[in-house]
Amino acid sequence: MASFFRYRDERIAIGIVERLKRLLSGHLRFMHVCGTHQDTIVRFGLDIMLKEAGIEVIPGPGCPVCVTTPYEIEIAVNLANNGKIIATFGDMFRVKGVKSSLADARASGASVFIVYSVSDAIAIASEHKKKDVVFFSIGFETTAPATASAVLNGVPENFSILSAHRLIPPAMSALIEMGEMRIDGFINPGHVSSIIGVGAYEHISKRYGVPQVIAGFEPIDVMYAVYMLVSQIMRGEACVENEYRRVVRYDGNKKAREVMNAVFRAVDVAWRGFPVIKSSGLQLKRTYEDKDALKRYEDEIDEIEQNLTELMEKQSSEATCRCGDVLRGIISPAECPLFGRACSPHRPIGPCMVSREGSCNILYRYRKSGRL
Amino acid sequence: MCLGIPARIVKVKGERKSLADFGGGVMREIDISLVDVREGEYVIVHAGFAISVIDEEEAEETMKIWRLFSDTETSELR
Ligand code: SF4
Repeated sequence: MASFFRYRDERIAIGIVERLKRLLSGHLRFMHVCGTHQDTIVRFGLDIMLKEAGIEVIPGPGCPVCVTTPYEIEIAVNLANNGKIIATFGDMFRVKGVKSSLADARASGASVFIVYSVSDAIAIASEHKKKDVVFFSIGFETTAPATASAVLNGVPENFSILSAHRLIPPAMSALIEMGEMRIDGFINPGHVSSIIGVGAYEHISKRYGVPQVIAGFEPIDVMYAVYMLVSQIMRGEACVENEYRRVVRYDGNKKAREVMNAVFRAVDVAWRGFPVIKSSGLQLKRTYEDKDALKRYEDEIDEIEQNLTELMEKQSSEATCRCGDVLRGIISPAECPLFGRACSPHRPIGPCMVSREGSCNILYRYRKSGRL
Repeated sequence: MCLGIPARIVKVKGERKSLADFGGGVMREIDISLVDVREGEYVIVHAGFAISVIDEEEAEETMKIWRLFSDTETSELR
C-alpha cells in the first residue's frame, strides 16, 4: 500500500493553505463530528495553519462516550452494583453518570470488564455462565453493525445488550436547527460514512444549503476536505462530496447496514448537551427483546429510574463542567474555567476530558496551555 | 474506541474470522462478517471488525491530486 508519507507531506498542507489565503477574504467556520478528526487537527496543528487563511474548524458531538447521557451511564452502574457483569469500552469506564462511574462501581466490588470488541464481551459471557453479562454498547454507525452482527450470529443465554448507540446525521441536522451559531460547512466522519455512504447526508445539504465533505483522517485528508468545502462555497453550491474515496463508496457498506437494520431500530434520544434528537439512537428490535437489557431488567431499571429522577432534581444546580457546550461547539475546551486546572486527564471532571476522543482530552494532550 | 485502523488480511479462517496484519509485527484475529474481502487486501478495522475494504487505485488517484498542491507555482489545479 502507498506509504503514509504523502498523507502527511507538509508541503502539500502549506500549498493548500497558500491557495486558500488567495481565495478567501472573509471568515469561515466548519464543523466536524468525529473525535479522530479532532485528534488529527490538534496533533498536526491544522487549526493553527487554517486560522491564517481565516478558517475555523471546530469539533461537534463526535465522541460517542461524551454524548452518552449521565442517565444511561447510571443505569449501567446500577446494574453492575446489582450483581451483573458489565462489559464496555475503556473510554466509558471512568465517565461519571449522575452519581458515580463504572470505575467507582468496580472499586466497591462490582464486576466491570473493559473490552476492545463485542466479541470479547461474548467471550466473558461464555466464561461466566452463572452470571448475567451486560454489554454496555456505545458508538456511532461504525460500531453498531458489529454489535448487530454478534446478535445475529447468536449470543449466550446470559448475555444482553444495553444499547447507547447513536446516529450521526440526525445530530448534524439538530445542530443546524438549534441555530446557536453559523456553520458554513461540515467535515463528515470517514468511517461512519464508509457504512452509511454519501447519500445518507444529502438531505442535509438540500434542506439547509450547507456544504459537506466526507474526509479521511490523515492531515492532508482534512486539509484537502477544507479546500473542497471552500471550493463548493466559491461555486455557490451545497452538496455532499467524498474526499475519502479510498475507503468510502457512494452507497457505503450495504452488508453492514443490512445487519444493523435487521437488529436495531431508530428511536428518539437525548444526547449530552442536546435535547432529545429525533430518530438519533438505536434500540434492539422486538425480535431481539430477549437480548435487550432494557427489556430483560425492565422492573429493575424502572426502580433505578425513579431514584435517579430524585437525584437529578437535587443536582441540577451544580452544573460546572461545560462539556455540553463543548459538544455543541459553543465554546472551545480552553474556555472552560476548569480546563487544565481542576480538570485534566489525570483527574477528569467531564467525559470530554475522560475520553481520548473528547475535545478537552485531545487539547490537553497536545497543547496543555490550551492556546491556539 | 472509535478509531479505525488499516490492516492487511493475511489468512481468512472460515466465514467470520481472519488473521490481520496491523504492521509493526502486530497480528490480530478480526471479524470479517461485514465485508467481502480477499487475502492480501487492506481493510479498515474498527472495534475488532473490518468495516471497509481499502481501494488502492483510489488511494493513488487521491495522491495524484494532492501532489499538485506541493508545487503551487506550476500547478494547473483551480
Ligand atoms: S475541561 Fe473538564 S470540566 Fe471543562 S468542559 Fe472539559 S471535561 Fe468539562
